[in-house]
Amino acid sequence: MCCMNNSNMPIIDSKILREKIKDNLIRIVDVRREQDYQLGHITNAVNLPLAKLLADDSVESIQKIAQDFGISDETSVVIYDDTFGALSSRVVWALQYIGHKDAKLLDVTFSQWKTLGYEISTEVPEIESATHSIKENKEIMATAEYLEKVKENKNVIIIDNRERLNYLEQHIPGAINIPYRTLATDGKILRTKEGMKNLLKNRGISEDAEIITYCGSVGTLSGLAYYALKSVGLSNVKLYVHSFKEWKSLEKPIDKQENANYWDLSAE
Amino acid sequence: MAQQLRPSKPADKQPKIDWSRRQEAENFAETVKLFRQGKIDPDTFRRFRLQHGAYGTRMTDDYAMVRIKVPAGQVYPYQLEKIAQLSEMYSIGSAHFSTRENIQLHWVILEDVSEIMQSLSDVGMTSREACGNTVRNVMCSPLSGVCKDEIFDATPYALAIARFMLRNPICQGLPRKFKFNFTCCEKHGMIRIVDVGLLPQIQEIDGEQRKGFKIFLGGGLGNKSFIGHQLEDFTPVEDLLYTSMAVIRIFDRLGDRKNMARNRMRYLVNDMGWEKFQNLVLKERAIVKSTQSVIVKLNIDESINEIQRPISVSNESASVPDGFARWQKTNVEKQSQGGFNSVFIGLESGDITANQLRSVAEIIRDYSAEGFARNGFSQNIVIRYVHNDDLTSMYSKLLETGLAKTGSLTMASAVGCSGTTSCNLALTNSHRLAKEVQRKFLELKLDEDNDLKDSTIKISGCPNSCGQHEVATIGFYGGGGRYENNMFPNYTMSLGGRFDEGSILGHHTARVPVKRVIPVILKIIELYKENKQSDDTLSRWIDRIIHGNESSKINSVEDIKKEISSFLIPPKVEDEPDFYMDYGSDTSYHTVTGKGECAA
Repeated sequence: MCCMNNSNMPIIDSKILREKIKDNLIRIVDVRREQDYQLGHITNAVNLPLAKLLADDSVESIQKIAQDFGISDETSVVIYDDTFGALSSRVVWALQYIGHKDAKLLDVTFSQWKTLGYEISTEVPEIESATHSIKENKEIMATAEYLEKVKENKNVIIIDNRERLNYLEQHIPGAINIPYRTLATDGKILRTKEGMKNLLKNRGISEDAEIITYCGSVGTLSGLAYYALKSVGLSNVKLYVHSFKEWKSLEKPIDKQENANYWDLSAE
Repeated sequence: MAQQLRPSKPADKQPKIDWSRRQEAENFAETVKLFRQGKIDPDTFRRFRLQHGAYGTRMTDDYAMVRIKVPAGQVYPYQLEKIAQLSEMYSIGSAHFSTRENIQLHWVILEDVSEIMQSLSDVGMTSREACGNTVRNVMCSPLSGVCKDEIFDATPYALAIARFMLRNPICQGLPRKFKFNFTCCEKHGMIRIVDVGLLPQIQEIDGEQRKGFKIFLGGGLGNKSFIGHQLEDFTPVEDLLYTSMAVIRIFDRLGDRKNMARNRMRYLVNDMGWEKFQNLVLKERAIVKSTQSVIVKLNIDESINEIQRPISVSNESASVPDGFARWQKTNVEKQSQGGFNSVFIGLESGDITANQLRSVAEIIRDYSAEGFARNGFSQNIVIRYVHNDDLTSMYSKLLETGLAKTGSLTMASAVGCSGTTSCNLALTNSHRLAKEVQRKFLELKLDEDNDLKDSTIKISGCPNSCGQHEVATIGFYGGGGRYENNMFPNYTMSLGGRFDEGSILGHHTARVPVKRVIPVILKIIELYKENKQSDDTLSRWIDRIIHGNESSKINSVEDIKKEISSFLIPPKVEDEPDFYMDYGSDTSYHTVTGKGECAA
């Protein structure tokens, strides 16, 4: 099988993907709503609306989705969306959670792909199902219970990937804020490796830190951060997959920036 | 981001001056690290941070406000797009246009400031010397070059002064901040409320028409405000630099470096007396001139900006969109160049979202024949050289992105400083109050009332005048009031302030509880309507009252006070709990302040 599992290449260059489409040796997954997919998608892409993945987050369900899409343990998977990579990185995380090793993000969103003038199709590819094993990758998952247990540890950094105003208003105590927009750059869903490393260096985040990312509710924005950090070589990154929504519903402690009316500075 | 990938259009116009210096970003990042490691003491670090345009944030050391300098207010489409992106990456997804033609990003994590500086270098911008004891952003009227009443365009001189002063060793450790304002005419600038204000003049000398300025010195608003004094009848442009250097040298030498509350140059002028100061400046100027080892000159670029109307954007629907007439009346100023207009984009308290910034950039490209915009003096943006035939189409575009707020050139566009949204010194949420006032004015369509057109409302969150309340027709500054055991936000109202040739500070009239500010403004307008003369305006009426020249029923400030007195009585907390809360807050009011950095 063609191997695109080059660890130096965190995301798939759209130009390279165009070549690979012809080989038809990869599985391309489109993480948009079905109606958007039907209007046109990258040639040979299959459609996985995020809601379908979230409906049942069990390993068996993820396994079934992979198998139905003909994704075996060895299949190279490229995933894209139109939501700055946040939804597709959540899918990457799910596949990695059941032990899949070769899932990558496309470097641009679907809109950007179209603007680049690259080919799209309305045809739904015929897929033969495949067999995928389950090797549960627990090191990349954080639960509320786990987070609470380790959050005082010196080597643990909790990163909130929501927008700044949401973070100021309320966040998990001790968390730092890297808004998901910070992860992107002009026309690409992720910064360059060098740019990402520079951000981490400025923030004093060392490469051997244990990092837990979270966002508002289902781990999409923080999924992108998870992916971005992993892709620059940080080895111990976990996604708090149920994120702040669960944290609040469990009535865990919350911090806020006091004595300032920052919301009134927003023009929204 | 996605917006960067649009099909290509003709290349943006490039600014004539690159204000950035790339290595400053890296230096800033390193210095932040040393500070966090305790290797630099907080005072030294604070001075360094301010010198680089990063201001402190309310109640925290973790965040900064990055103030991007925009000399003469000239800003280009791709610069606005970069700021849009930076606001989403490092700030709150909105940017803020200040009253001094800066663009500010608030609530930036201190460790990220260097990344912003780096990106600003990519588009030729800087935050250097936007704060601290330096020469701050050199302002120029947004209508310079297009104003019907101007004698010549001051913009090249403003840019030349900005360029000369930026990173100049003589400006790195002044006793306090120092401000230059250039204008087109008396009406559109604020030359009497800054350290150095300049009004273009032409004088015939030896049969020759000579360009020059009327220069005003020693004005300024703050805890104690002063109106500037005119230095001499006429200062030829050749003496602009020498005069500026002379003034800065005197301030540097004699300014008060100890008493932080009184170290602006206006105090020096006041303490010394104007005549003495004036003589000192003239003498110093002679010394500066005669002791130059090399001739120092301003680099004045008077090359003409290319004016080329963009290819007409199709406007098939010839129908005039709803609200166009009102918008045109209250937001558009005819230029001295026939067929062209300056369009004012009003923002609420200067705030604009990232997406709106991107729209503004597109609109400049599509409609401005000069290809850039100017930041205004009232937290607004001015797009100039818009052809008569393009106004309706441009209005439709502005409507789509919520940028067609009416009343930009009227009393409705209230100014509000940042207040408790981010400032350490603020006592009240003046920022939100200004938005509330503006919304009420537009709801009542008061922007269409010609009687109110030349009046202003300006609001500060503390006595320090960043909201310029003292030169407003109706001005307010925030403080705390108490009734029984409960505190409430209480604004001191001043009336009759002006910043034109009749510059005068407003007359303190009454203390108005925050939730009564709007009713009191409306009451004053009602009193005016009952007592106005034919062909009168609110500002003229108030001016007559202040000067004791009004003969109607209301003829003194005391009369106004009497009429509004019922609004000023606090209700019991159980009868009206809302009275005791500031705008934007659902808890009872208390004052909290941190340390100011203006004087750091």
